[in-house]
Amino acid sequence: MTPQELRLKRQALQDMFFRGSTRFFAFMVLALLAAIILSLIHGAWPSIQAFGIGFITGSDWNPVTEQFGGWNSIRGTLLSSFIALLIGIPVSFGIAIFLTELSPTWLRRPLGIAIELLAGVPSIIFGMWGLFIFAPWFADNIQPWLTEHTAGIPMIGWLFQGPPMGIGMFTAGLILSVMIIPYIASVMRDVFEVVPPMLKESAYGLGCTTWEVVWNVVLPYTRHGVIGGVMLGLGRALGETMAVTFVIGNSHKAIESLFDPGTSIAATLANEFTEATGTLHTASLINLGLLLFLITFVVLVLSKLLLLKLQKGEGAHS
Amino acid sequence: MTQALNPKLAVKNLNFYYGNFHALKNINLDIREGKVTAFIGPSGCGKSTLLRTFNRMYGLYPKLRAEGEIIMNGRNVLDPNVDLNMLRAKVGMVFQKPTPFPMSIYDNIAFGVKLYESLSKSEMDDRVEWALQKAALWKEVKDKLKQSGLGLSGGQQQRLCIARAVAVKPEVLLLDEPTSALDPISTAHIEELVHELKQDYTIAIVTHNMQQAARVSDYTAYMYLGELIEVGETDSIFTTPKKKATEDYITGKFG
Repeated sequence: MTPQELRLKRQALQDMFFRGSTRFFAFMVLALLAAIILSLIHGAWPSIQAFGIGFITGSDWNPVTEQFGGWNSIRGTLLSSFIALLIGIPVSFGIAIFLTELSPTWLRRPLGIAIELLAGVPSIIFGMWGLFIFAPWFADNIQPWLTEHTAGIPMIGWLFQGPPMGIGMFTAGLILSVMIIPYIASVMRDVFEVVPPMLKESAYGLGCTTWEVVWNVVLPYTRHGVIGGVMLGLGRALGETMAVTFVIGNSHKAIESLFDPGTSIAATLANEFTEATGTLHTASLINLGLLLFLITFVVLVLSKLLLLKLQKGEGAHS
Repeated sequence: MTQALNPKLAVKNLNFYYGNFHALKNINLDIREGKVTAFIGPSGCGKSTLLRTFNRMYGLYPKLRAEGEIIMNGRNVLDPNVDLNMLRAKVGMVFQKPTPFPMSIYDNIAFGVKLYESLSKSEMDDRVEWALQKAALWKEVKDKLKQSGLGLSGGQQQRLCIARAVAVKPEVLLLDEPTSALDPISTAHIEELVHELKQDYTIAIVTHNMQQAARVSDYTAYMYLGELIEVGETDSIFTTPKKKATEDYITGKFG
């Protein structure tokens, strides 16, 4: 073989090796995912057998009588994450718009870095801050006021009744929102930044205000990224354990208002795994974990469907 | 006839700065009503910058400032008290690349109109059709108004952008190298369109292409390094330029 042929052969081998190894890593993701699901199902099996679908709908959680229903935890996870999104999305949107459209240039970098730093704060810090600083202040200053002033309002009045303890479902949602805002805001900022200046100029050129440009042009143009950012935040909120465990109240009782202490899947797991002795208790906890996994999956699917629907609204591509 | 020669935009002693860089130097120029004025010159000569002062697009960016006067309808466009949104409703703009909004063809047109007028559904339908007719696009898209504007070809997209600008019924249309991203056939379409549109609008067009300036414009302004070298009727600029520099550029000696 001539040197040239040798070199070609070596390059072909390198290529093959490279392709093979990247493919291996890619498929490893699938394998890991399948392995996690399988081991969760395996671990949860006694609980699945004992309670079936009733595990999701049942709200009785009693390790003494070995009666387990996860509804309170599931609802707590969904509700606290929902509150977090309700507060977090508009705030993040505002932050991102300010950073990309309105802020003076010299302020952009420091503010952007501050947001990234906020994203890096360990969740236990948020939990401690929430429990020791925020909750007492919230109980003394905000909760009584809210309870008093929303008492008569139909539809939402009942949300803010209940004991002013500082901790509870609402506080958990609030702390979660602070935790997910940096994620959503920085993704939104990044995607807003890649909107072609000419597209924005076209809208400004028609005489749009900044709000009209952002709402009608920037947001539709970046909707994939924005929804991706929201999903990132939601994913974090759904699975967040430490901060939520600190402030949610850890009560398996059904909640009657947002100020009542409740629990979430992650908080239940964190609280009870060390103490779970019976097979059924452990299996039920794993079952909860499996459900958390499924919830995250469903959320992901729903977001993809939402994107498809938005695409239809915008008009099909010919 | 004298009516047609009124300046729609009268630029007086206009200077423009990018930070410390002096980009436009003491420009004096009239843009005649109902005529097409073309701006030519090598890259970086300030022709786009000049165009972007007419609707104050430069105001979006920090550190850019203009000094002097641009009089339109008796008011100085550069006056900080001028309502930018109303100014931009009167002075429409089309850009180097097609920039359809991420919405349906219909909404692309209706969007700008909705900013200023509240029309009924049927009035809006009429307006959209009218604008698309004006931009010579109606026949091609009338059956797919609900589809995305992004699905059109480049030339169609650019005509959509022209329709969008026309739909709000501006008085002046600014075309910033509108054909630089288009193929020759689409370019020809747009040039025909410019001919049609000047019946109703005052048009200022920036172009890299001298033949294009010769084909579409009534007046041509030659700019170089931020200065307005010569302006006059297109025929005389291209046949008997008064300045040597203009002649050199037009005959292709440089640029």
